Amino acid sequence: MFTEKEKKELEKELSHYDYKRAACIEALKIVQRNRGWVSDDSILDIAEFLEMTPDELDGVATFYNLIFRRQVGSHVILICDSISCWVMRYEDILGYLQERLGIRPGETTADGKFTLLPVPCLGACDGAPAIMVDETLYINVNRALLDDILCACDRRQP
Amino acid sequence: MAKMATIYIDNKPYTVKEGDNLLHACLSLGFDIPYFCWHPAMHSVGACRQCAVKQFKDENDTLGRIVMSCMTPAVEGTRISIDDEEVRAFRKSIIEFLMTNHPHDCPVCDEGGECHLQDMTVMTGHSYRRFRFKKRTYRNQYLGPFVNHEMNRCIQCYRCVRFYRDYAGGRDFGAFASHHHVYFGRHKEGALENEFSGNLVEICPTGVFTDKTFKRHYTRKWDLQTAPSVCVHCGLGCNTIPGERYGLLRRIQNRYNGAVNGYFLCDRGRFGYEFVNAERRIRQPLMKRSSLPVPREEVMQHLSRLIYFGARVIGIGSPRASLEGNFALRSLVGEDHFYTGVSAMDARLLEKIIMVLAKGPARSSSLAEAGAADAVFVLGEDVTNSAPLLALSLRQSVRLKPMEIDKRLHIPEWDDSAVRNAAQQEKRPLFVATPYRTKLEEVSTQAYHAAPDDLARLGFAVAHELDNRSPAVKGLPKKLHTLAEGIARVLSQAEHPLIVSGTGCGSEAVLESAANVAWALCRKNRSADLCFAVPECNSLGLALMGEGSVSDAFKAVHDGAVDTAIILENDLYLRAETEDVNSFFDKVRNVIVIDHSVTGTASKADVVVPAAAFAEGDGTLVNNEGRAQRFYQVFVPDRDIEESWRWLRDIMAASGRPGLKHWTGLDDIVQAMSNSIKAFKNIAESNVPAGYRITGQHIPRQPHRYSGRTAMHANISVVEPKPPEDKDSPLSFSMEGFSGQPPAGLIPRFWAPGWNSVQALNKFQSEVGGPLTGGDPGQRLFEPVQESTVSYFDEVPGAFSPRENELLLVRVYHIFGSEELSAMSPCIAESAPGPYIGLKPEDAELFQVSEGRDVRISINDKEYSLPVKYLPELPSGVGVLPAGLRGLEGLELPAWGRINNQAKG
Amino acid sequence: MERPLTGSMRPDGLPLSIKDYEDKGGYQAARKAVTGMSPKEVQDLAKDANLRGRGGAGFNTGMKWSFVPMGDSAPRPKYFVVNADEMEPGTFKDRMLMEGNPHQLIEGTIIAAYAIEADISYIFLRGEYKICEKRLAAAIAEAYSRHYLGKKIFGSGYNLEMRLHTSAGRYICGEETALLNSLEGKRAIPRARPPFPQVSGLWGKPTVVNNVETLCNVPHIINNGAEWYKGLSRSQYGGTKIYGVSGRVKTPGLWELPMGTTIREIIWEHARGMREGYQFRSVIPGGASTEFLTEEHLDVQMDFDSMQKAGSRLGTGTMIVIDDHTCPVGAVHNLEQFFARESCGWCTPCREGLPWIANILHAIENGQGRPEDLEILAQHTDSLWLNKTFCALAPGAMEPLRSALQIFREDFIRHIKEGKCTYGKNGNNLH
Ligand SMILES: Cc1cc2nc3c(=O)[nH]c(=O)nc-3n(C[C@H](O)[C@H](O)[C@H](O)COP(=O)(O)O)c2cc1C
Ligand code: SF4
Ligand code: FES
Repeated sequence: MFTEKEKKELEKELSHYDYKRAACIEALKIVQRNRGWVSDDSILDIAEFLEMTPDELDGVATFYNLIFRRQVGSHVILICDSISCWVMRYEDILGYLQERLGIRPGETTADGKFTLLPVPCLGACDGAPAIMVDETLYINVNRALLDDILCACDRRQP
Repeated sequence: MAKMATIYIDNKPYTVKEGDNLLHACLSLGFDIPYFCWHPAMHSVGACRQCAVKQFKDENDTLGRIVMSCMTPAVEGTRISIDDEEVRAFRKSIIEFLMTNHPHDCPVCDEGGECHLQDMTVMTGHSYRRFRFKKRTYRNQYLGPFVNHEMNRCIQCYRCVRFYRDYAGGRDFGAFASHHHVYFGRHKEGALENEFSGNLVEICPTGVFTDKTFKRHYTRKWDLQTAPSVCVHCGLGCNTIPGERYGLLRRIQNRYNGAVNGYFLCDRGRFGYEFVNAERRIRQPLMKRSSLPVPREEVMQHLSRLIYFGARVIGIGSPRASLEGNFALRSLVGEDHFYTGVSAMDARLLEKIIMVLAKGPARSSSLAEAGAADAVFVLGEDVTNSAPLLALSLRQSVRLKPMEIDKRLHIPEWDDSAVRNAAQQEKRPLFVATPYRTKLEEVSTQAYHAAPDDLARLGFAVAHELDNRSPAVKGLPKKLHTLAEGIARVLSQAEHPLIVSGTGCGSEAVLESAANVAWALCRKNRSADLCFAVPECNSLGLALMGEGSVSDAFKAVHDGAVDTAIILENDLYLRAETEDVNSFFDKVRNVIVIDHSVTGTASKADVVVPAAAFAEGDGTLVNNEGRAQRFYQVFVPDRDIEESWRWLRDIMAASGRPGLKHWTGLDDIVQAMSNSIKAFKNIAESNVPAGYRITGQHIPRQPHRYSGRTAMHANISVVEPKPPEDKDSPLSFSMEGFSGQPPAGLIPRFWAPGWNSVQALNKFQSEVGGPLTGGDPGQRLFEPVQESTVSYFDEVPGAFSPRENELLLVRVYHIFGSEELSAMSPCIAESAPGPYIGLKPEDAELFQVSEGRDVRISINDKEYSLPVKYLPELPSGVGVLPAGLRGLEGLELPAWGRINNQAKG
Repeated sequence: MERPLTGSMRPDGLPLSIKDYEDKGGYQAARKAVTGMSPKEVQDLAKDANLRGRGGAGFNTGMKWSFVPMGDSAPRPKYFVVNADEMEPGTFKDRMLMEGNPHQLIEGTIIAAYAIEADISYIFLRGEYKICEKRLAAAIAEAYSRHYLGKKIFGSGYNLEMRLHTSAGRYICGEETALLNSLEGKRAIPRARPPFPQVSGLWGKPTVVNNVETLCNVPHIINNGAEWYKGLSRSQYGGTKIYGVSGRVKTPGLWELPMGTTIREIIWEHARGMREGYQFRSVIPGGASTEFLTEEHLDVQMDFDSMQKAGSRLGTGTMIVIDDHTCPVGAVHNLEQFFARESCGWCTPCREGLPWIANILHAIENGQGRPEDLEILAQHTDSLWLNKTFCALAPGAMEPLRSALQIFREDFIRHIKEGKCTYGKNGNNLH
């Protein structure tokens, strides 16, 4: 079941397309924004709403990098591992993040706070290495900046 | 005629159909090009990249360019090379890629020995493994009782999802994830819902989807004894290849017939076979007074006494028995004492169908023709459940609309994704009018739900719109009139309109109205076809043979004129109400049952003799189209099992009846049939006589690699027994014989050098996807009367009016459960619903019942208590009861039922 | 030096408001085209200006538009789609154009859509570009409020809707036919051509897909004409190009320069050369799917033909500099890892071949390479080449590998022979 807020957002997206299913990625993203991730039950709800079958919708959902079909932490850290960031040694900051959070790429911290995901090029190559935390892009990332970011996340409630 | 083009393959000229894709063209010419994602019925998408050839601009071009043959049209002057070194290396590298992750588990894989991937690997010459890294692995899913899932073997050819979703309209299956993690399965584990899921087994080029029933008694393909057969689980007569080993029927595979089932079978047809192996089988003669099986001689003696000359004997035939069995019975008891053994209602309906098809101007369509219709009107039949493969055909007919768009956009019809993109939601017209919501409505233009009489009124109204000589419908509501007008308009604009109806809703008026529509179209110079669904595999054949129904037989007994009744492969409890059947048995002094399985009727018999099931004997069945088709014995059954006609012949001989016939083989009885019954005059025309040999040789039922022959009976005797003789056909029960291609109707399996999988079929067709070489098997028994003067049916029923506290009950069909034989197979039984009554929620409320609660209802003075299932789209005042399900057999519907629950107010 | 695309952008990086944009002549071109030119004239002008696509393939834009069926008999609705999926590693130019001046893109799109008489336009934006999303959404709303979008725009008889679609991450969505499937709410699998999108595209209707940068050029061509546009460039192709540099240069970034500026000039004048202690070793000139170039190519002009002649491609025009401390084997491994992960999984060579390639490169990088690996890699570059795979992703992935196997052959051999990476612990570089 959708919340009123979700329903409103969904209806608005629907109006942008001639065919219902075209709104499916937006719908998945709306639900993910509101609930953190897309559960099996959410898939059923969205599929019904868009008159798709769950299998069709899940085929789309699982295709994309940024639709989370597993529970993620309250903060999702996307770390770019593509060529420019690699040249600029993103591996150092990845190593540092792993050390600080105690998780490997793809994992979520035990307290459910952080999920660490490597992603392809974030389009910030002149500011490599780059990461994105909860929709905010950070460039020229180093250990000090990481400390600040993690600190701020700790303070900010999700 | 298609336009032809000359193309050059490795510098030699060939003539092919212009516009065909090169893979299709080359395979049709007999070349071997490996492929995976292409399928002759599902066409090209260009995903696997296996079918590469090199194309040259002209004869001076030496460089060439690699193209996918499945995605490249053949045009005049096309020059390609299959043999070119670079392209061969590329094709080899594709297999090498596919094999990087494919498990090397062929020895334990069910597909081993008939695996397309194996064949293609050998064909391309890839044999040495260079990939040294870890393979990817997946988790498998439980997909229900029919299909086994082993995802690690997947080579991502996308055929499964293209068949399941795009071709068969399934919804609960898909492709998930991306890159080299693509997964094919269900969103959540669970039984596949589509009626055609079993085709995945043949569609999948490796062992991802395999036959779960086969797995339980697995045998390699090369150890299966096989013969051409015909499905016995509905009236369509799909062609099959059953396989046997050690006296056990192991599986059913599709047998291509371009005019009938093409490449596919429904799940009932594929998985319903296990009744042949069931505990319930009758394997030896039984007599009431003995608890042990009785020797054959003793039974024959006893029988001859019962059927002595002068005894009053009647015979009750069966729509699930062969023509030969029925004919033998008819010969034994005499035409006047032969009853067809169908219910009174079915008898009337079938008689009507035959009259319409044989006397009227509309032709009965084959399944293939149904798939090519350009406007369809389904009147009163739930084809998905009563004639499943017809539903699959109709789904394809709907899809043909895009073809017109494609022509405009110059998209070749084999370019599957492009066709679908261009078409989007556009469909050809399909109108569905049935009592309850049917699955076909998913793809219909418009659907209408009403009581049978109202359906007939719609039909009559459409016919009247088309030709005002067809009777008008009085008092038609405006909405219905508009609908009728709309349907009439669309049908009259079509070139090949098709009217589909059947015995499903038990209404003669519905059949008559369907006939009127088709006839009205014919009289407008449309080549309108009719397609009637009939209940059983030989319903039509039997109806061509005789008339009397079970009720007539009962009446004969009540009139006191019968000493002995011989019941052939028939359970009377399915044909009439229990009380009537019981009182029949009370009245008849001796009951002889010839059947293969224990039924309610068999357990009432004084004598039971074991009949051959379809795989154990030969015979002829006539399908709904009026096509007579031969099925052949697959294996010699144990003990005393014999074809019914042989039993009857021997009984006749033993009893010294005047009808005594000297039938040694099937050909004799077929000849006798064609001499004595007009409808069967041409029946033997497409058959090959038993004496037929190719270069003096039989056609072997066993493949040339059949193993263990010398050891099979070693526990009994080390002397290898002589293979049994087959008096009825040119097939032999051995591996010796002619190894080339037999006549189309006699193909025991599809195999060709280098092609061990079902895809070997390509080599048996005159053109890939076209008729089998020499023509598709089967013989149509009647054709329409072109200049027919038959007059329109003119009894338009009055509008249905609901009754207080009563419901008009009609039958609802279930693909799993409504058919007698398949329901004896465990996996089908598992998939069948329990008995229930379907009600409109508003009606249920009126009777103060709700979903899942029991309703008490009296039908013909008998009370039933059944749980309620809501069917919101039912017309009010109408309820549905599942056909053939346990506890509801023998109920003749439609009938009125009185609700005994306390009504409101 | 004229910089039509970026010249008017604010130095603080904030976007131009509609008012700022109009003050600088914004929307005049759209008005002119829609009210004063026929669609055919717009098409011809773009053709004359020799505007070539900036999305990577470099197809003549006006020509592309001219394949769309026009007039009353054309199927409707027709669609115009902006490809703003920018996910090619090393590429970040479209982001700057959208963040700095969203109205310029909108105006270009209006004109282009008008040129094909489109009814509906979509901007297909990659999901991670959050700032772009906000700014574009705001700008579209502003444009609607001035009736630059919607019904009867600029008082003409032309109607155009514009909608912003944000994606959810997948490089293949940038491939224009996969993009269309994605936009339809399907798995983003490419489509076979023919039929081309111009004939049967989004929902089977005529559709044109253009890159962001391509479209940003359009208003200026309308305003100033084809001759002016051609004059901007140092080669035969019209206009300016947004060039970018990343890697160990002093000032990585983006510059709008005449089309045909040399690699040397871009790296040494604009990016101000290599950082202290690092030497130039090679460059991937136009995003991840272009071939490596070296020292000897520094004076090659960065335009379509010159790059081709040099054995590479202009691609997106954003280069990645590889320095002497960076292991080229590692770099190629990183690239192929990316492509393997981003394969859509539709066709065999790409789906199965790329992971194999990435596996081998990983092994070599980590000292587990075998002598036969180089030959296997070379064979794979062949099997994943043009026409052999379903779309251009895999051939694109082979470009850097193919060239690396030649240019850095010594490095590969050393890795295999010595059983380790000679550039330091993590394969990458020394500090
Ligand atoms: C794998 C792949 C990814 C692509 N990604 C993009 C992209 O992110 N943005 C883009 O504009 N074009 C991309 N393209 C090119 C597009 O397919 C298409 O050529 C382009 O959008 C056309 O626009 P243009 O003619 O204006 O260049 C990609 C192509 C391929 C094969
Ligand atoms: S080359 Fe094939 S698998 Fe790779 S992205 Fe293109 S279509 Fe998909
Ligand atoms: S059969 Fe042609 S690409 Fe698969």
